[in-house]
Amino acid sequence: MPVATAPASSALTLTGNRLPRWAPWASVAGSALVAWGVLVLTGEHTATTVAALTALLHAVALTSVSRYVEGPRRATDRLATTLVTVAFLLALVPLVSLLWTVVSRGAVLFSGTFLTTDMVGVFGDMTSGGVAHAIVGTLMVTLTATLISVPIGLLTAIYLVEYGRGPLAKGITFFVDVMTGIPSIVAGLFAFALFTLLMGPAYRSGLMGAVALAVLMTPVVIRSVEEMLRLVPNELREASYALGVPKWLTILKVVLRTSVAGIVTGVMLAIARVIGETAPLLITVGMITRTNWDVFEGRMATLPVFAYSQYQQGGVGVDRAWAAALTLILIVMLLNLVARGISRAFRPKTGR
Amino acid sequence: MSKRIDVENLDVYYGDFLAVEGVSMAIEPRSVTALIGPSGCGKSTFLRTLNRMHEVIPGARVEGRAVMDGQDLYAPEVDPVQVRRQVGMVFQRPNPFPTMSIADNVLAGVRLNNKRISKGDAADTVERSLRGANLWNEVKDRLDKPGSSLSGGQQQRLCIARAIAVEPQVLLMDEPCSALDPISTLAIEDLMSELKNDYTIVIVTHNMQQAARVSDRTAFFNIAGTGQPGKLIEMADTPTMFSSPSVPATEDYISGRFG
Repeated sequence: MPVATAPASSALTLTGNRLPRWAPWASVAGSALVAWGVLVLTGEHTATTVAALTALLHAVALTSVSRYVEGPRRATDRLATTLVTVAFLLALVPLVSLLWTVVSRGAVLFSGTFLTTDMVGVFGDMTSGGVAHAIVGTLMVTLTATLISVPIGLLTAIYLVEYGRGPLAKGITFFVDVMTGIPSIVAGLFAFALFTLLMGPAYRSGLMGAVALAVLMTPVVIRSVEEMLRLVPNELREASYALGVPKWLTILKVVLRTSVAGIVTGVMLAIARVIGETAPLLITVGMITRTNWDVFEGRMATLPVFAYSQYQQGGVGVDRAWAAALTLILIVMLLNLVARGISRAFRPKTGR
Repeated sequence: MSKRIDVENLDVYYGDFLAVEGVSMAIEPRSVTALIGPSGCGKSTFLRTLNRMHEVIPGARVEGRAVMDGQDLYAPEVDPVQVRRQVGMVFQRPNPFPTMSIADNVLAGVRLNNKRISKGDAADTVERSLRGANLWNEVKDRLDKPGSSLSGGQQQRLCIARAIAVEPQVLLMDEPCSALDPISTLAIEDLMSELKNDYTIVIVTHNMQQAARVSDRTAFFNIAGTGQPGKLIEMADTPTMFSSPSVPATEDYISGRFG
C-alpha cells in the first residue's frame, strides 16, 4: 500500500503516516475476495459464511496494516470503527429481513380491495375477503386504549415531576416500574375477569380489549412523559413563577407547552407498543367477520388476532395473515409520520 | 410605582439548614441596592426571599419579617403569586421561553396569566417594555422571531423587558451580567440607572466595580465557614462602603485581600 512519507520521527513532530482514505474499502474488497475464494475451495460458500469471514479478515488486515503504518493508537481506532460498523450491520440484518419477508409475502394478497372488504361470506379456499373490519377494530380498540391511558399517564407524570414528594411518589414510581413488566396475557386476563364480574360472563366488547391494552400502555406513557417533563429546565418554571404566574398555569402553559413534542413522541411509542398485541385481544375482543364500529358492544376483529387466526387456518389464510401483518406495519408507520409532523410543529423554536 | 422594603430579622432555611441568619435592612425606593459578598454567603438566597421565590424549592422556608409598604410579605394571608406580580425578577442566566416569539416573551406575564389584551394594547406594551429595556431598536423588525434567536446580552435584556412589562414595584436582579460580555454588561448597567427612576432595584453582583458604578447603597454579606449561616455584615451608602467601611472584613473583601 502506498504510504505518505513523513519526516523522520523526532521528539516534537506533529505529523505522522496516514493510510489513504480508500484503504478501508480496499481492505473490505480484498477480504471479500479472499473469503469467497477460500470458501469456494472448501465448498462452504454461503452468503453468511462469506460475510462472516470477510468481516474477520478485514478487521485483522486493516488493524495490522494500520498498526504497522500509523501506530497503535490509530490501529485501535480502526479496530473499534470496524467492530462498531459490524455490530450496526448485524443489527440491521433482522430488521431488513423482517421488512423484506413481510413486504414480499404480504404483497401476494395486498390490494385496495383487501383493505376495503371484510370477511363476510368468505369460505374455504376463496381468495376474496379482506381486513377492513380488522383495521376498524384495531383503530377503535387502540384509540379507546389511548383515550383511557393518556389522561391517566399524563396526570400521573405531572404529579410525579411537579408535586410528588416522599413515600407516595416513590411508591407510584415503583409500581409503574412493576407494571411495565406485566406480561400482556396477564393484562388480558385482568380485563376479562374485570368485565366478567361487572357485566356477566357472555359480555364481549372492544372496550374490554381497550382496558387490557390501557393496562399495558399506561406505564409506558407515564415513564416517557415523566422523562420529557424532567427535561424542561427549572429556569423556565422559575421565570414563569417570577412573573406571578400560578403553578397550575405554569405547568399547563410553560412545562407542557415546552415538552409537547416529546410527549407526542412518547405517546406514539406507547401506541406502537400495544397496537400489535395479540394475546390480550384474543381472549377479550375475539374475532368476527364483519365490521363493528361499536366499542361498547360485541366482538371486534383486530389485525393481530386476524393474522393469527388466518395463519392457523392455513392455505390462503397464510397469505391473508401476511397481508394483514403488512397492513399493521403500514398503520404504525403512518402513525409515526403523523406524530413526527405534530412534534415538528410544536418543537421549541431555535436558530436565528 | 416603587415601594420600599424593610427586612427585620430574617432567617432563611433550606430544610433544617440555616442558610442566612438575622438579616435586617431597609431597601429604599427609586434606588439601586447592591448585595455583594463571597460565593455561598446567601446573597442570592436572601434576594429570592424578597419575592417569595425561595419557597419554590422543596423544604425551603423563612422566619422573620419583610415588610413592603406596611404589608408583611410573609403574613399568612399573603398570596405568593400576588407578591411575585409586584416584585419582578431577572435571573443569572437569560431564560426566555423557547416556545415563544420575542413579542410573546415580553407579553408572557399577561398571556400566561390567561388575561385578555387587545392587539393595540399588546403592541403598546411590547414597544414600551422593549424601549424600557433598550432592546427595541435591535428587534423591532423581527418581533415574531423566537426569543432564543437573540444573542446572550439581548436575551437578558429581553428578560428585563419581560419583567418590567407587568409593571412591578420592585425589580430583583440575580447577577444579571455574569454571563455577558463587557458591552452587554454596559448596556444593562445603563439600563439600571434609567430604571431606578421608576423602580426599586436590588441587584446581586460579584463584580465590585459594577456595584460601585450602579448602586446607591451596598450591603456586604459574609460567611464564617462552610455549614455556617451567611450574615449581613454591614450596609451603607455605596461611596461610604467603598471608601471607608466600618468593618475590616468589608474592606478586605472590597480591596481583594479576602481569605
